[in-house]
Amino acid sequence: MALNPADFDYISKIVREQCAIVLEKGKEYLVDSRLMPLVHQEKLGSIEKLVIQIKSEPRSSLKDAVIEAMTTNETSFFRDIHPFETLKKEILPELLAKRKDKKELNIWCGASSSGQEPYSLVMLLKNDFPQLNSWKINFSASDISNQMLNRCKSGIYSQLEINRGLPALLMVKYFERIGTEWQVKEDLRKMIQFRIINHSESWPVMAPVDLLMMRNVFIYFDVEMKKNILGRIRKLLRPDGYLFLGAAETTLNLDENFERMPFKQSGCYRLKQG
Amino acid sequence: MRALVIDDSRAIRLILGQILKALKIEVIEAGHGLEALEKLKEFGPLDLALVDWNMPEMNGYEFVCEVRKDDQYKDMKLMMVTTETEMAQVIKALEAGANEYVMKPFTKDMIVEKLTIMGLEID
Repeated sequence: MALNPADFDYISKIVREQCAIVLEKGKEYLVDSRLMPLVHQEKLGSIEKLVIQIKSEPRSSLKDAVIEAMTTNETSFFRDIHPFETLKKEILPELLAKRKDKKELNIWCGASSSGQEPYSLVMLLKNDFPQLNSWKINFSASDISNQMLNRCKSGIYSQLEINRGLPALLMVKYFERIGTEWQVKEDLRKMIQFRIINHSESWPVMAPVDLLMMRNVFIYFDVEMKKNILGRIRKLLRPDGYLFLGAAETTLNLDENFERMPFKQSGCYRLKQG
Repeated sequence: MRALVIDDSRAIRLILGQILKALKIEVIEAGHGLEALEKLKEFGPLDLALVDWNMPEMNGYEFVCEVRKDDQYKDMKLMMVTTETEMAQVIKALEAGANEYVMKPFTKDMIVEKLTIMGLEID
């Protein structure tokens, strides 16, 4: 059943109010695909009835469930591969050389979704930079969705998810089979501090960051919110730290203090030097 | 680029073949390991083989072992595509010389991602 314009407008409005995510016309399919599982779960029959239910009880948990469903992303391990290759070959060797005296690295994954990105990065650190075992790695991963954060913490993935982008050698090394599912080994899970952060609200106080993954976050925000977030990133990022955005995202025309690094399709940026 | 698709299911060979052909990879099919070895003798070293585990005549694990004994195939990428999902089986295949491992059921995206992981340059 087609989503009617009034219901689309209402969903867009509450998503924008709650987390500043912009759903433009043409994204009806996204609303439909994200909310129909919730409609079935709640036995409501249609998105129209879901909207009626939320309007009748605006403070109900159903509204939160809609926000969660609309902010959850499809993802895979080592998604888009190029950023991870750039991290392995260029960025991490440079950061390790610069921080070798203090032996401390601060990392933030700003949209961890179901956890594939932070776990991919942790596997890269453990597998390719074993010298970091003696370092202090302050690794935060955040998401707006409490449900997603709980998934991240559990580190449990289905067989279909484990097949997506994860090299078999890393699966063997860093996962355990739990029944029909696969779980990230405990020592890796313990390396990450998972927390709820809504990018459109104020961020908790954090130590200056060496490496910030903020991929596929900006696509949801309007220009003003993108500028606002980049302004806060500018203050949080160390002068020689690095920011990774999604392949379709840019700082261009938003914040002139960043420069794109010349690494193939990596979405890697740093603050302009000097 | 040329690939061998080895599976005793004609339907699976067809699906995998279509995925590879869409990536402009030439596909040669075999119904089991022995037939696959014969195809290799006929066509020479290929770039890639997608290998099922459980097949008649010669299974996929035995095929991987045979291929890895022959130095002329050392650069050939071998990827298991199988219903075997036990960790011990994954380890066994990797130790025998498989480069990657996909557990059935699979999607096109999974196959493409794994080909990229193995360093194959695909369109």
